[in-house]
Amino acid sequence: MAASGNQEVTLLGVRLSPFVIRVGIALNIKEVQYEFLEEILSAKSELLLKSNPVYKKVPVLIHDGKPICESMIIVQYIDDVWTRSGTTLMPTDPYQKAMHRFWTVYLDDKFEPSLYNLTMSQTEAAKAEAEEQTMAVLQLLEEAFVKMSNKGKPFFGGDTIGYLDIAIGSYLGWMRATEEIIGLKLLDDARIPLLCAWAENFCNNEAVRNVSPEIMKIVEYAKFLRSKYTPPPAK
Amino acid sequence: MVASYEVRLFGMWASPAVRRVEWALQLKGIEYEYIEEDLSNKSSSLLEYNPINKQVPVLVHDGKPIVESLVILEYIDETWKDKPILPVDPHERAKARFWATFVDVKCREEARKAFHMEGEEKENSIENLQVQLKALDEELEGKKFFSGDHIGYTDLVVGWMAFWLGVAEEAAGFKANHEAKFPHFARWIKDFLQEPVIKENLPPREKTVEFFCAFRQLGGCGKMNQK
Repeated sequence: MAASGNQEVTLLGVRLSPFVIRVGIALNIKEVQYEFLEEILSAKSELLLKSNPVYKKVPVLIHDGKPICESMIIVQYIDDVWTRSGTTLMPTDPYQKAMHRFWTVYLDDKFEPSLYNLTMSQTEAAKAEAEEQTMAVLQLLEEAFVKMSNKGKPFFGGDTIGYLDIAIGSYLGWMRATEEIIGLKLLDDARIPLLCAWAENFCNNEAVRNVSPEIMKIVEYAKFLRSKYTPPPAK
Repeated sequence: MVASYEVRLFGMWASPAVRRVEWALQLKGIEYEYIEEDLSNKSSSLLEYNPINKQVPVLVHDGKPIVESLVILEYIDETWKDKPILPVDPHERAKARFWATFVDVKCREEARKAFHMEGEEKENSIENLQVQLKALDEELEGKKFFSGDHIGYTDLVVGWMAFWLGVAEEAAGFKANHEAKFPHFARWIKDFLQEPVIKENLPPREKTVEFFCAFRQLGGCGKMNQK
């Protein structure tokens, strides 16, 4: 079912958020015209609070007056609604779909907290622990890439960017920024060569470039967050 | 000659995540082989099929494993298209998925903390859980089930709260789900538990309470090795 061009699409977000970037990439791939409304997270708009009363978080996609929340749920929605051939994000095979979904859940459950801890780490011990956890997930993704990319294709989705590519790729900016701040290499050619090649293909894609913030802007913001960060109490 | 099933489910009797997969399979009339796992002594099959998080449920279809209960539910719906559990409309699908992840991630986290912790942390979690219950209660206004007139994906996922939340409350000595405060939710629980597929596929309550009590004694912040 192709949506008519007249239906209004609005994305509430903040430009540096990987979760918002996911939605921007999906909309770009589908060539959907949309309005981006930048939120100030310390002073959220009435529209945001009304559209996402449960979490009060970005991103929120508003399509034809109806809100959709949670980044990968929005990406699936975009894929379901805008079905121009050559732009499908999910494979048709149910098992392949399950692989995209499983790794996305795993990523958000395990990778996101580890990366966050790594970005915020201010002691050698904290850095070492977070780095190990982060690299462990990247190793698993390197192995998954072999199985999912269908023999040497550039993306998890095959020839074109798919659901899982968007889920992982949205973190690349923050990964680069973290490498810069903490002084380490996550996207290490020697350890995860396939993912490094994948990252380059992903970042060079126009749909992605268009919504990717400059690394220095992320670095600046991450440094600000670090200055306010208090580590959780030891368990 | 032993019959071989093309659909196998590795599970654990007390686990809500496993039951929700069984409910889906039974709603769709799919025949499957159930394999009970001893989570303190996991089978080599389970470890082979789910080396990454070594948890139940694992659905194995034609030799291929699928893990994570919400992922399994969507796989089941896409593979066996009769009696769909997810809505067709994209916006309704998005809402169904939204409530499913809300209940499976956020509500479960607060319930887990209320269950394991004591004192102020326990009280805070109970309060948070009640805010969440209010949201669910409001969502049910004017609807018999989360999915409409018949149970569907969202109901199957929220289903842990219809039975296991009460068990957790009893085992850990707290009460968050007051019927008077959340009347629509209370009504939904009654209707949900009356559905034949659900009624005939719940663990024995007393045994489950005992299990939860024992699990709580072990302490720590262990998840039940199930997702």
